[in-house]
Amino acid sequence: MKATVTVMLKNGVLDPQGKAIEQALGHLGYQGVGEVRMGKIIELDLAETDPARARAQAEDMSRKLLANTVIESFKVEVA
Amino acid sequence: MRAGIVVFPGINRERDMAIALAQATGAKPRMVWHTETDLSGLDLVVIPGGFSFGDYLRTGAMAARAPVMDAVRAHAGRGGHVLGVCNGFQILTEAGLLPGALLRNASLRFLSMDCHLRVERSDTDFTRHYQKGQVFRAPLAHGDGNYFADDDTLDRLEGEGLVIFRYASEEGAINDAANLNGSRRNIAGIASPNLRVLGLMPHPEDLVDPLMGGTDGKPLFDGLAAALAA
Repeated sequence: MKATVTVMLKNGVLDPQGKAIEQALGHLGYQGVGEVRMGKIIELDLAETDPARARAQAEDMSRKLLANTVIESFKVEVA
Repeated sequence: MRAGIVVFPGINRERDMAIALAQATGAKPRMVWHTETDLSGLDLVVIPGGFSFGDYLRTGAMAARAPVMDAVRAHAGRGGHVLGVCNGFQILTEAGLLPGALLRNASLRFLSMDCHLRVERSDTDFTRHYQKGQVFRAPLAHGDGNYFADDDTLDRLEGEGLVIFRYASEEGAINDAANLNGSRRNIAGIASPNLRVLGLMPHPEDLVDPLMGGTDGKPLFDGLAAALAA
């Protein structure tokens, strides 16, 4: 199965990269852009064929390594 | 004092750390490769600065899961001393040995400059040769030194007196201008509840000889050597 892990900084954690992108979009003339937040996407190719187990595995990996839950939240999608 | 310095691929401050430790203790520290798992016989384990594993994923994330870290955790669990500087501090937070995390500098700029640190308490093995409230100079060299922890954690750290160094003006004022990387509450260095594990972003090992431009960092190593002399 393929698992896609999306890692984002938690709300309330300063995201200077998002801020910089927000400003650059403003410089390019885009109006009406609210807050910009930047994260990362990690794709995992898993041998597991059961969706529930694949999800559990990816969530475990996320808690242990892929995300730092002190500052980041994560979301797992399995396909 | 028998000291060991843990070396990960991408670490680049280990030799300066070795000079500072050798000067204070008179003995050459042991270099410990990240795949080693035996730290027995060491009083102090140092994780130096650099860019372990290329800062991939997050600073310190890969190093914190390297084989040697279980041994570092066991050493700390036995009440052993651990010092993490710069990337070493990031690795200690990623490994869960110290709370919080180091985020990208608020300015988004890599900072390579001197800062001033105020010593918040001098009754630790790391700070016994400084005075409480003393301000000393220390070089900064990092892109991710912006200390973050949630309010509850910060309140606990402050309540238990575990904030050891704060970014300050040369006169010792704690303000935004002195807080170069945007750290919460100007925190530059924190310790574990037993005061044996210390992490800080600036580099005291870079100022331990007049030839380096100063000796502001020397008391940290001299104090450790005196505390751990056996």
